[in-house]
Amino acid sequence: MTIADRWLLPDGMDEVLPPQAARMEELRRALLDLYHRWGYDQVMPPPVEFLDSLLTGTGTDLELQTFKLTDQLTGRMMGVSADVTPQVARMDAHSLHRQGPVRLCYCTNVLRATADQHQGGRSPVQVGLELFGHAGLEADLEVLRLALGSLSAAGADEMHLALGHIGIYRSLVQAADLEPARERALFEALELKSPGEVAARVAESVEDPALAEMFLALVHLHGGPEVLEQAREAFAEAPAPVGAALDQLRELCAGVAADYPQVTLYFDLAELRGYQYHTGMMFAAYVPGYGQALAKGGRYDDTGRVFGRARPATGFSMDLKLLASLAVDEPPCDGIWAPAEEDAVLAEVVARLRQDGERVIQALPGQRTGPAEHRCNRRLVRLGEDWQVSPLA
Amino acid sequence: MSKQLILALSKGRILDETLPLLADAGIEPAEDLGKSRKLLFDTNLPDVKLVVIRATDVPTYVQLGAADLGVAGKDVLLEHGVEGLYEPLDLEIAKCKLMTAGVTGAEPSRARRRVATKFVNVARRYYAERGIQAEVIKLYGAMELAPLMNLADEIVDIVDTGNTLRANGMEPRELIAPISTRLVVNKAAMTMKHERLKPLLERLEAAVAARRQAAEA
Repeated sequence: MTIADRWLLPDGMDEVLPPQAARMEELRRALLDLYHRWGYDQVMPPPVEFLDSLLTGTGTDLELQTFKLTDQLTGRMMGVSADVTPQVARMDAHSLHRQGPVRLCYCTNVLRATADQHQGGRSPVQVGLELFGHAGLEADLEVLRLALGSLSAAGADEMHLALGHIGIYRSLVQAADLEPARERALFEALELKSPGEVAARVAESVEDPALAEMFLALVHLHGGPEVLEQAREAFAEAPAPVGAALDQLRELCAGVAADYPQVTLYFDLAELRGYQYHTGMMFAAYVPGYGQALAKGGRYDDTGRVFGRARPATGFSMDLKLLASLAVDEPPCDGIWAPAEEDAVLAEVVARLRQDGERVIQALPGQRTGPAEHRCNRRLVRLGEDWQVSPLA
Repeated sequence: MSKQLILALSKGRILDETLPLLADAGIEPAEDLGKSRKLLFDTNLPDVKLVVIRATDVPTYVQLGAADLGVAGKDVLLEHGVEGLYEPLDLEIAKCKLMTAGVTGAEPSRARRRVATKFVNVARRYYAERGIQAEVIKLYGAMELAPLMNLADEIVDIVDTGNTLRANGMEPRELIAPISTRLVVNKAAMTMKHERLKPLLERLEAAVAARRQAAEA
């Protein structure tokens, strides 16, 4: 084993060093406090579960992302949690079994078998919240506000919010009644936002000319709030759920614009992320300088069904590691340096200062580094019998 | 900085055909790309910069957000995968075909087939979809040599005129996909810079349409 092998970490795994670790912890507390003030109770899902419950109703993407191992006690396969959202949904549906709206939040380490993108890594710290038991737009708006509030808390000033609604595509596809393979091809073309590909797929599989026209329009419907007006025209003849989805987006737009005038709104009616579990509005929040969304969420009303209780659900999650990298300012130089002296009065003074919340570092005998290296801005100096805090010269 | 657009261009043949299209859309490099050894170029527009990189690197730059948009062949995109990318425009240049090819007249073996290619992912997918067990051998160039030297039974490669194949006693067999050059856009950039991107896409689209009409006339 060479020296290089000894410190090498697996791909996508990282250690968090000071001051980043302190920043993450500070942000974790700030976020959980924020959620607490809105009435969200914290939960801690298990890090490992039996695979069949962990992956119930989540689709193949999550299965690929899940590290697997065998339980020596039962011989069953277990998975390391790669996304806590389904676990929290199960807690609501099965473990808590409360009536009415339930608000839950979490901050927990997860492991991913594959890194989705380079900034994410394979060991993100997933932080977020879920609101169960209310199907209304008010719940979605609460979640949206908290997502933007979380980014503000992390130090983001310029924010971009992308809104979409899976109901639009879902209703159009239902109306077109496509066979699965053709729907898959159309889905992929729409995901690419490639008008040429969409036109080709529509030509070969959508017979109804009005519906074909709508699919062709869908691929272009992304941009500022004006998109909602264009959509109203394009989808005038569409099945009723499409109109309802557009109304919802319009309301969300108004709600966010009123509360967060500094947030730039973007609408993407062909956004299909999480098609397997989303059932309503979806959002992603972006901050300049990051090639991926920092917060992702939306409505997923059916997840609890497989655990015996289908409940309306909406929420979002973020990677605390990524989020903490938003603030890059150096930690403040704040601390008191005590000399390496055995002195009863000194010990008392140090103890009192620490009790008052001061950061006091007592030098060790023979120590060569000084107060500056330990981020101290003051020091204790002897004043007759007593000791006094004085600024560092 | 955040309002700047970085456009990644593929080096080589695609570049020669891309620049006139960009010029039609109102973007011109501030200096001659061919004569400079630089990799990052200013343009006539203060907020648009160009990077000129290997074709295979373009999707990576755009996917990770180092560039906001890029110009890449569909062959490269098929091989790289399109996660994190939009592909809003077919530039209709550098058209060719991605095909399988083998020695003329030779019957492809029914058992495990050895395939030499630089499009490893595409080849694996293609043969798997057809239920053929393929052993894919990665090569970086001169694919036509592999069957002649009995390194492989078939190759998967870009075919333009087919002259190189014929000169080496080979024939094109199955079409995997028609290839042309595409404009790709980073998903985050599309969200945050759509106001700047949309008019640019529209101008490029118009330029492509004008050429198509000129070619048909």
